[in-house]
Amino acid sequence: MGLFDKFKNLVKKKEEILEEKDTLLTYEKGLSKTREDFVSKLNLLGIKYTKVNEEYFEELENILIMADIGVNTVFSFLERLRERVKKENITDTSYLNEVIVDELFIIYVNNESLSDKIHLAKEGPTVILMVGVNGVGKTTTIAKLSHKYILEGKKVFLIAGDTFRAGAVKQLEDWANKTGAMFYGQENADPSGVIFEGLEKARENQADIIFIDTAGRLQNKVNLMKELEKMNRVIERIVPGAPHETLLVIDATTGQNGILQAKSFQEITNITGIVLTKLDGTAKGGIVLAIKESVGIPVKFIGLGEKMEDLQAFDIESYIYGLFKGMIE
Amino acid sequence: MFEYMGDRLSNAIKNIRGMGKITEENINEAMREIRMALLEADVNYQVVKEFISNVKEKALGMEVSKSLKPDELFIKIVKDELITLLGGEMVSLETHKNPTILMLVGLQGSGKTTTAGKLSNYLRKKEAKHPLLVACDIYRPAAIDQLKEVGNSLNIPVFEEGKKNPIEIISHALEYAKENKNDFIIIDTAGRLHIDELLMNELKEIEEVYHPHEVLLVIDAMMGQDAINVITGFHEALNLTGCILTKLDGNTKGGVALSVRHLTNVPIKFVGDSEKMDGLSPFYPERMAERILDMGDIMGIAEKVEDILSEEDAKNQAKKMMNGKYDLEDFLTNLKQIKKLGPLENILKLLPQARKMGLNNISVDPKQMAHVEAIILSMTPYERRHPEVLKATRKQRIAKGSGRSVEEVNRLLNQFEEMKKMMKMMKNGNMKLPF
Repeated sequence: MGLFDKFKNLVKKKEEILEEKDTLLTYEKGLSKTREDFVSKLNLLGIKYTKVNEEYFEELENILIMADIGVNTVFSFLERLRERVKKENITDTSYLNEVIVDELFIIYVNNESLSDKIHLAKEGPTVILMVGVNGVGKTTTIAKLSHKYILEGKKVFLIAGDTFRAGAVKQLEDWANKTGAMFYGQENADPSGVIFEGLEKARENQADIIFIDTAGRLQNKVNLMKELEKMNRVIERIVPGAPHETLLVIDATTGQNGILQAKSFQEITNITGIVLTKLDGTAKGGIVLAIKESVGIPVKFIGLGEKMEDLQAFDIESYIYGLFKGMIE
Repeated sequence: MFEYMGDRLSNAIKNIRGMGKITEENINEAMREIRMALLEADVNYQVVKEFISNVKEKALGMEVSKSLKPDELFIKIVKDELITLLGGEMVSLETHKNPTILMLVGLQGSGKTTTAGKLSNYLRKKEAKHPLLVACDIYRPAAIDQLKEVGNSLNIPVFEEGKKNPIEIISHALEYAKENKNDFIIIDTAGRLHIDELLMNELKEIEEVYHPHEVLLVIDAMMGQDAINVITGFHEALNLTGCILTKLDGNTKGGVALSVRHLTNVPIKFVGDSEKMDGLSPFYPERMAERILDMGDIMGIAEKVEDILSEEDAKNQAKKMMNGKYDLEDFLTNLKQIKKLGPLENILKLLPQARKMGLNNISVDPKQMAHVEAIILSMTPYERRHPEVLKATRKQRIAKGSGRSVEEVNRLLNQFEEMKKMMKMMKNGNMKLPF
């Protein structure tokens, strides 16, 4: 079980440097609710069933589906698992637990070299566009990212492209003031026009990183998706090669619809990564595994609260480590 | 929502059709399909399990009668079970206290503030109330501004005192309401996690001090399996009197609707189904069940149309259509009415067998409708009543006036003629309406 061993070693290594690296601690803190639940269930499963039988699989299916991992992903995963159990003649449930982690890891990694880094422009400003359905936390995420980059010494500029929702411009402006970012916004205006003006202003002010907030749009609203296309054209015209990153914000409580969200947004604009928000609740955000598997978009950041510090770069090892810690020990 | 359920089901029951009896074997495939459809719709895993075993048990115990074929019988069982899951009867809102106090609670981003606006609009329109919106989201930046903007756009008063303690704000709001004769108080609260003890205590305190008549949980219809944790979390802390399901106009299957009532006994009272301020409808379990099974929600359409069109208008229109006297002037009027109905996609989806006819995936570009309107508006009233006079020069003028091409003008006129032909056919009974 090469991959798993590698992974396990990684986990061990992480444990050694745990004290220096608070990334992991934050992950653990934020995900503790999620992990406790998931792991205790898997552990219970191991205690309840000493042998691998039909009931074991049924309960495993329950656990995975309850984590929102995605119905099709779960079913094909279980099929593979059954095959492996048959082929390798696995009867021991504690050994099977390891196989489960292994297989889940494979789903996400899928032999790709994962880039969870933010792609910065070689020259001139980096433009990052935020998109997503309503209420997922786009504006708050921009605030968090803005805070992060300002701490790194970058000049950050925020553009309020959500001219539709009441109070959205003011919300971003408040955050700009709090984080110390520059800001441009105009209420009740055409978003593409605002972006145009904003980008010009950001360039005049020599911003290093420009975040563009957009209105929440349900992915089946044709006119709103077209509006997004137009915004992209405007951005490209002013800053060639931009947007350098288009981040899709997904709420961790989202169910199967998350896959449709990723697919539809991907069709309109080149999504370069996902920000998984609200992981500080009880939701497991398992849908990102299905999204990675079926649409191929990696997660770049996770949101773990409402404060501007509550953001972490996504790291699949820490994520799975967080989910399965109790199980491996 | 549940777009595939009807499809999956009708495929699966094909092989039940010819059978003389419902047996475990011949419903097995159908049960599998239903199970997948429900899980894909994010219906709670336990609920799916129970639902499947209930339907199975009832279906196997049923005697097939001559009047009802096995497949029809099977669908009826599924439909009845769905209605039971959805709560059976519709549960309406408490509106008779003076003032009635209603509090909206929920996670961040579920749509509380927008819903507060929609609800106030609904109460004023349907229940002749004088609502007052109270801004108690003292945490999120600009949340108060958002509610104020919503209130302004609807011309409904908003009470706010900045970031004071909510208990105090509400107390002042009640005084204000008394002076200004507001008989319905809607409290918008900050979004919070059900496991955030500190913030949950804030809500508990409001509940203890003011005993709101309605405490409604606002839930995003796109929610996955975590919904149950959220709902039970809020329900354990507060005495929820109902739920409002938001963002149902997305392409979510909204399985959470099936889980809520069954697992917590908290009824769904409203659903949010468009971005506009009138996008809030009371929740009817039976209609929802019929929609899930692709039987259409004709009642829902009728109500939407009724809001906009008087019965007499509708009758006159129908008469004109049948007599072939329907002209572009009437068409323009209808076009404007349709626009008021909200996005046309939402209406088409409500039609029975919408999916079979391919109506569920139609996307109507509002721009296209605007183009049609522009073309008709560029005609003189005489031309609208007598489109046959439109020859080359007139067409060119209209094209110029509307900023469209002559081809587009021609296309519109052809389509209009086709439509008139169809209306005549309907009158002569050569064509059956799809419902």
